[in-house]
Amino acid sequence: MDIPSLTIDRVRQALLAREFSASELAAAALRFAEAENPKTNAYLRLCPERAMAAAQRVDERIARGEDPGALGGVPIAVKDVIVTKGVKTTCGSRLLAEYIPPYDATAVMRIEQAGGVILGKTNCDEFAMGSSNENSAFGPVRNPVALDRVPGGSSGGSAAVVAQGTAVVSLGSDTGGSIRQPASFCGVVGVTPTYGRVSRYGLTAFASSLDHIGPFARSVKDAATVLGVIGGRDPRDSTSAEAPVPDYSAHLTRDVKGLKLGLPVEYLKQLTSETGDLISKGVAQLQALGCEVREIGMPATEYAIACYYIIATAEASSNLARYDGVRYTSRSLASDTLSDMYRNTRGEGFGAECKRRIMLGTYVLSAGYYEAYYLKAQKVRTLIARDFANAFQEVDAIVAPVSPFPAFKLGEKVDDPLAMYLSDIFTITGSLAGIPCMSVPCGNTAEGLPVGMQILTKHFDETTMFRLADAFENVPRKQ
Amino acid sequence: MKITEKEVRYVAGLANLTLTDGEIGKLRTDLDGILEHMDRLNEVDTSGVEPMTQVLFEAGETATLRADVPVAPLGNQAALANAPQPGAGYFKVPKVIER
Repeated sequence: MDIPSLTIDRVRQALLAREFSASELAAAALRFAEAENPKTNAYLRLCPERAMAAAQRVDERIARGEDPGALGGVPIAVKDVIVTKGVKTTCGSRLLAEYIPPYDATAVMRIEQAGGVILGKTNCDEFAMGSSNENSAFGPVRNPVALDRVPGGSSGGSAAVVAQGTAVVSLGSDTGGSIRQPASFCGVVGVTPTYGRVSRYGLTAFASSLDHIGPFARSVKDAATVLGVIGGRDPRDSTSAEAPVPDYSAHLTRDVKGLKLGLPVEYLKQLTSETGDLISKGVAQLQALGCEVREIGMPATEYAIACYYIIATAEASSNLARYDGVRYTSRSLASDTLSDMYRNTRGEGFGAECKRRIMLGTYVLSAGYYEAYYLKAQKVRTLIARDFANAFQEVDAIVAPVSPFPAFKLGEKVDDPLAMYLSDIFTITGSLAGIPCMSVPCGNTAEGLPVGMQILTKHFDETTMFRLADAFENVPRKQ
Repeated sequence: MKITEKEVRYVAGLANLTLTDGEIGKLRTDLDGILEHMDRLNEVDTSGVEPMTQVLFEAGETATLRADVPVAPLGNQAALANAPQPGAGYFKVPKVIER
């Protein structure tokens, strides 16, 4: 079996035809992941016992003549900010280096109920804070497409395993672009669903009004299948929505004739020429498929970075307050008093980027600054959401770049936090509005670096987003 | 200058973070640049604009509430399993009363 070329459909056919069993596939996938992982450091750890047990349950289902499940036997990786019962979950942080969660995230539970086989946990920026995966306490991830470059972040490991072929699909989390940007950098599909579409129960909280769980895959169809499994109301997450989850794959008709697409003029000004050319080519391909493309205005865009980094860091400073040395494995033992213990545990445990964001978030929430920063940012967020609402009066979907540039070299941007923040410009607007958005491969630069195209649609209209992305992905083009 | 070293130390206290002098100097520079960028928001007229505190979607009035039925809790042992210092069924901490 050629593991890197597997799709969900292919696994299903092979299992039903008894070409190989889920257990054989899991064992082979684990061996392959173990052999290939040193190149990228994308997996932080494999969980062979859990994977083999899940595979065996699938084999038993098949033996009983039952359906193997929508993800039956499919090797899956999970970002290490999503908790897995009995399997270490570090969030890329030294603070949680030994943390073994006592429960499963809802998304993890649903994947296993659907027959998915979780192979292991993937590397990421510490507490999902970063755009390059260089903020992991356990070393950076290398981009499988170009090993001297970053895979993007914060879900760099989850993008890399799918690109490298050491998992068929994976789960990541996205707060301001942490799924779409690494998907773009690694040349895979990455989906940030509507806010509320997927339960966050068991997702380690970073910025609660912005956090999402979503899938990575090598095809739009596989990503849609995973979202169909993990989506839907969960009584354990009061922010998960009741909205019914459609059968996305039934809507992948390849017919996008007459779809009205908006191209935000504010975005296009900020691209490197090569990325801009690839996006323009992509737009022309969509026009050739019969889509009507028009330019739209998103005037609040230039304030999005400031807005996002106020709201996200404010929420992070509050969410990360729980890592105080009392409950979560790490404690500074050299402290005589409770308050010293809190301070030293956090000072020793958090990495530089987490400290920066905790400080920024604490500052913008502190007395005298709350209204000038936090409240102001929440009002600007309303204006950004309004830009999208206005645009969707006119168009069915918005097409945009994901990142101003392709994957950069390891170490190239680590010393300039503001420059790193500014590179999130195209992904954070959709995050702030809470709408579904995804990255779909759009071609490669002359150097062979992948560039993703972003597709954004109305709240809960992942169906149109997937239909457009699937049609775009299947445009015949030479690689 | 948006933020002084003294303010950085004050905020670190609020955030319960022990920082080295080197970290404080670097954070002062970083935060200064970032806060300057954030001041851009002052250009935006937000009079009469409601703050967006959460992404809202159509839902029933009590959609966020689960049915009021008891479910099994995590249990003491599981809850304490990750404690750096458990003791007698509790989380142990250093002495709370200072001075």
